[in-house]
Amino acid sequence: MLVLEKNAMTEEIELLVHKYGKLRSSLLPILQDIQRKHNSIPDFAQQEVARLLDIHPVEVFSVISFYSFLNTEPKGKNIVRLCQTITCDMAGKTGVAKALERELGIKFGETTKDNKFTLEYVNCLGMCDQGPALLVNERVYPKVTPERAVQIIGEVK
Amino acid sequence: MEKKERKGAVLFSAYKRGDGIKKVLAKSREDVLLDIRESKLKGRGGAGFPTATKWMMVAAANSETKYIICNADEGEPGTFKDRVLLLEYPELVFDGMVIAAYIIGAKNGIVYLRGEYEYLKKSLEDYLESMRKDNLLGQNILSKKGFDFDITIRMGSGAYVCGEETALIESLEGSRGEARNRPPFPVTTGYMGHPTTVNNVETLASIPHIVSKGGEWFKKNGTDKSTGSKLFSVSGDCRKPGVYELPWGTKISDLLKIVEAEDSKAVQVGGASGFCIPKSQFNRTLAYEDAATGGSIIIFNESRNMLHILKNFMEFFVEESCGQCTPCRIGNVKLLEGIRMIEKGEYTFNYMNQLKDLGRTMQVASKCGLGQSSPNSFISILENFKDEIFNGNGGNNGK
Ligand SMILES: Cc1cc2nc3c(=O)[nH]c(=O)nc-3n(C[C@H](O)[C@H](O)[C@H](O)COP(=O)(O)O)c2cc1C
Ligand code: SF4
Repeated sequence: MLVLEKNAMTEEIELLVHKYGKLRSSLLPILQDIQRKHNSIPDFAQQEVARLLDIHPVEVFSVISFYSFLNTEPKGKNIVRLCQTITCDMAGKTGVAKALERELGIKFGETTKDNKFTLEYVNCLGMCDQGPALLVNERVYPKVTPERAVQIIGEVK
Repeated sequence: MEKKERKGAVLFSAYKRGDGIKKVLAKSREDVLLDIRESKLKGRGGAGFPTATKWMMVAAANSETKYIICNADEGEPGTFKDRVLLLEYPELVFDGMVIAAYIIGAKNGIVYLRGEYEYLKKSLEDYLESMRKDNLLGQNILSKKGFDFDITIRMGSGAYVCGEETALIESLEGSRGEARNRPPFPVTTGYMGHPTTVNNVETLASIPHIVSKGGEWFKKNGTDKSTGSKLFSVSGDCRKPGVYELPWGTKISDLLKIVEAEDSKAVQVGGASGFCIPKSQFNRTLAYEDAATGGSIIIFNESRNMLHILKNFMEFFVEESCGQCTPCRIGNVKLLEGIRMIEKGEYTFNYMNQLKDLGRTMQVASKCGLGQSSPNSFISILENFKDEIFNGNGGNNGK
């Protein structure tokens, strides 16, 4: 990370600590905001969060590693999550999964070379009456067909 | 299903925002609690603990600071009724929280919303803002002197176990969502060590109706041990999936007719943590005392491979176990391995029986409800569908 980027990150985290309060209970909201903006929580950010909340960096890492929506390694700009739970599976998840893999040229768990997309499975999205369900970043798409799934990722930038 | 198509005795009956709060503020806390006790309302989040008893304990706790937490972590496979309540009936959920706050004496409420539902957050926050404008939240609510209460929304980050109330509290406190030993229970030592009631979205949403129309009215539906009606999230092989409000005590076969399911072979009641009920038992009733469920109903028709279904559930538990205690961390992996053995046809009946025993051990030895209930599917599917699964054909039943 460049010094300038580091300074910007520190400033950003200071603002977040100010917004949520210098409390251990603010840790998750702070990490969630960093994740939302940067698609990951890099080492330097972890250290700064730890320093500003006055906790050990290992604590921060341990919390991040627990939650599947938080990650330390960079991911693609857009995270495409396909529901793998039984009702979406019965409604045709596999066909959608294959179409996405073919179109993006990657497997689930991988990120495209241009860092645009990461493909992941997710557990029940609570759309079981309208499966298969796809979550692209924060937006949910019900009743997705293989063709529609490819169209959806074509629409996101 | 559209909102106007939904009909029901309690939750889906008419209600105007603020009415329940007005009713309650005219009475004493004790009288309101008595009404809720009269209704015999039990928690809708799965465990079925009597709501009035929980609130009485928090109300009685001697502490300046108390919390009411709405558990909107809805992660049980096949459940989506809380999403519908939050999206289409926020007045019920939030009025319920305000009423709970009045009863127990809480100044702060928290909604723990699962990360997957982030897209609901904005509309919920707008809704809370409109309640503040109408003085349904904030200082001296509806001019009741000294009744101050507000609600914040906190997000989860993709961990099913955080729906367990002590794991949820850990998560809110900024830790890994690992369940705590109980006792102490949250009612005495909850969020930040203060007395806390954690309630399911649907439990809270029932409250405004109960306080408006009375406990006796609520009890008209349901059975003696399971009073009132319940939201069922119905999915799988049927023509009309969706959220249905039905009285407790409804027969599974009647529910199947309502949702137009044909050719059904089995019904998973209670999600992946629940039980798989075969056709021969479709005359059983949905109730705490019979086939209990937090609302998840998944229907399988004759074409479905039960072993494949079971594998899907066990993969879920292996992923979602928090790993804190051995029976659950290792046990679920062993059960999943067992399923893979059956798939390949490389199993012995002796070992399968040992795995069922392991499952029974997990039911008693695991630290929280996740590991205590994850073997339910394993045991019920292997026992109820043994003909189909153990036919020496990798469980594929010739298909
Ligand atoms: C693994 C696990 C997940 C749970 N998930 C939820 C959930 O998503 N929503 C919920 O209300 N209760 C959930 N519970 C039950 C809660 O621990 C708790 O009993 C409930 O929120 C209490 O509310 P109630 O009394 O209104 O039912 C879960 C329990 C376990 C063991
Ligand atoms: S039963 Fe499972 S989820 Fe619960 S504490 Fe033990 S390892 Fe964690």
